[in-house]
Amino acid sequence: MSASTAGAAMHLTLHVWRQKGPKDAGRMVQYPARDISPDMSFLEMLDTVNERLVESGDEPIAFDHDCREGICGSCGLMINGSAHGPMKLTTACQLHMRSFKDGDSIWIEPWRAKAFPVIKDLVVDRGAFDRIIQAGGFISAPTGTPQDANGLPIAKADADLAMDNAACIGCGACVAACPNASASLFTAAKISHLGALPQGQPERKRRAKAMVERMDLEGFGGCTLFGECQEACPKGISLDAIMQMNRDYVLASATAVEEKVHADSA
Amino acid sequence: MSALRRFWASTIGKKVVMAVTGLLLVLFLIGHMLGNLQMFVGADAMNRYAALIKSTGELLWVARAGLLAAAVLHIVSAVQLTMINRAARPADYAKREPAVSTIASRTMRVGGVVLAAFIVFHIGHFTVGTFHPAFSHTGVYGNVILGFRSPWVVLFYVIAMAVLGLHLFHGAWSGVRTLGLAKPSPDPLHRKVALWIAIAVWAGFTAIPVAVFLEILR
Ligand code: HEM
Ligand code: FES
Repeated sequence: MSASTAGAAMHLTLHVWRQKGPKDAGRMVQYPARDISPDMSFLEMLDTVNERLVESGDEPIAFDHDCREGICGSCGLMINGSAHGPMKLTTACQLHMRSFKDGDSIWIEPWRAKAFPVIKDLVVDRGAFDRIIQAGGFISAPTGTPQDANGLPIAKADADLAMDNAACIGCGACVAACPNASASLFTAAKISHLGALPQGQPERKRRAKAMVERMDLEGFGGCTLFGECQEACPKGISLDAIMQMNRDYVLASATAVEEKVHADSA
Repeated sequence: MSALRRFWASTIGKKVVMAVTGLLLVLFLIGHMLGNLQMFVGADAMNRYAALIKSTGELLWVARAGLLAAAVLHIVSAVQLTMINRAARPADYAKREPAVSTIASRTMRVGGVVLAAFIVFHIGHFTVGTFHPAFSHTGVYGNVILGFRSPWVVLFYVIAMAVLGLHLFHGAWSGVRTLGLAKPSPDPLHRKVALWIAIAVWAGFTAIPVAVFLEILR
């Protein structure tokens, strides 16, 4: 190891979920992770372990990642039983090895949910989230080029609420952390984000109904208000979003808007 | 009808039914607990209160039917949601400990089963009299005193009321949120209200069997 690293090298033991493909049963496999710098990110640590696996002719550990800056939502690992690991408000790619101690055992597992089937090792298929968005997580009216910043006045509180919920990167940590594998926090963040803005109003009820029904259809569980999702969320989405989703959904069901909208557009 | 069906088919729809029926039962429990505390006023007060309720005739049966319907809907939605939630996580983690969820939230299901068993026993005990050693249709005060002679019965009531307190602490909080009635806040008022409702209902109900057991009431 280069002498330029600030902290002393760490020796760790990894317990990693290995699964060859969707049909494979899969199992936990133990790997040594020696000479790990505390300055490495968690994913760099996995890269290092993978290089060694490749050198010794083994299959590297598959895991999802893209931006490695905590903004894309690609990475997602259950680390020692916590979604994205022990640091609050931090994605796995932004977690650093200094959060661990020399000699630690680290358990690394994929997100577990019926709606997120494992593709390989630690990679799961999060297409269910895309389909929830496709069901209504958008504004269909063409809005043209951006208008002047204050052309459409929006109360500060509404803008803040929309912004807080727009912070969701769709990583799936909420589903992973929830004992019911519920996608309520994700779906609620999208519904609350668009529902807080004037542009989101015309489709607000239809959106809530379609997205909630899609969420159920994908096989996610329901909300029991354990609060684990809020704790796990790297972007600090609040449970309050779920209240908003329930209100919008109940209102939409009570007024049975969806049929009407279809009739209009027919 | 189809709109109602669709609502009931969704996880939020079932949860709303569970919340509405649960909160109705909470209201009933607060009234029931306050009424029962007349045991501490005296035998006359308690028996008069019981006679007053019985004198309402049909109204009493309407209330009973409402409570039964609420309990059945509550249990049916709880069972269905539990099955959906279990199915959503077919494979569990090798290593996973709850980070923030309360014991109350994690014991809702098993606690609910205990409460269902308790409700059956309790109605057989003090309403119908099947599980009572010397049941009288007019002497409610005496029924309670004699009914709590057995330390096993007292123990069962004490345990069931502790379970009820936990169920209420999560339920009263969660129900208000399910219905979207609370103000967004990181330290919400309804959490404290739920705590005090849970403590009051637990303490009020527990006081009676314990007082009889300690022969404070006789
Ligand atoms: C009779 C047997 C019972 C069973 C099987 C049962 C079961 C459950 C379950 C599984 C939950 C779901 C927890 C969650 O998902 O958040 C729940 C919630 C609740 N229970 Fe019960 N329960 C029973 C009796 C009662 C009673 C007697 C009361 C009245 C005090 C009550 C009040 C509530 C409330 C208010 C909720 C909250 C609903 C919500 O979270 O939206 N339950 N119950
Ligand atoms: S890799 Fe993009 S958020 Fe972690």
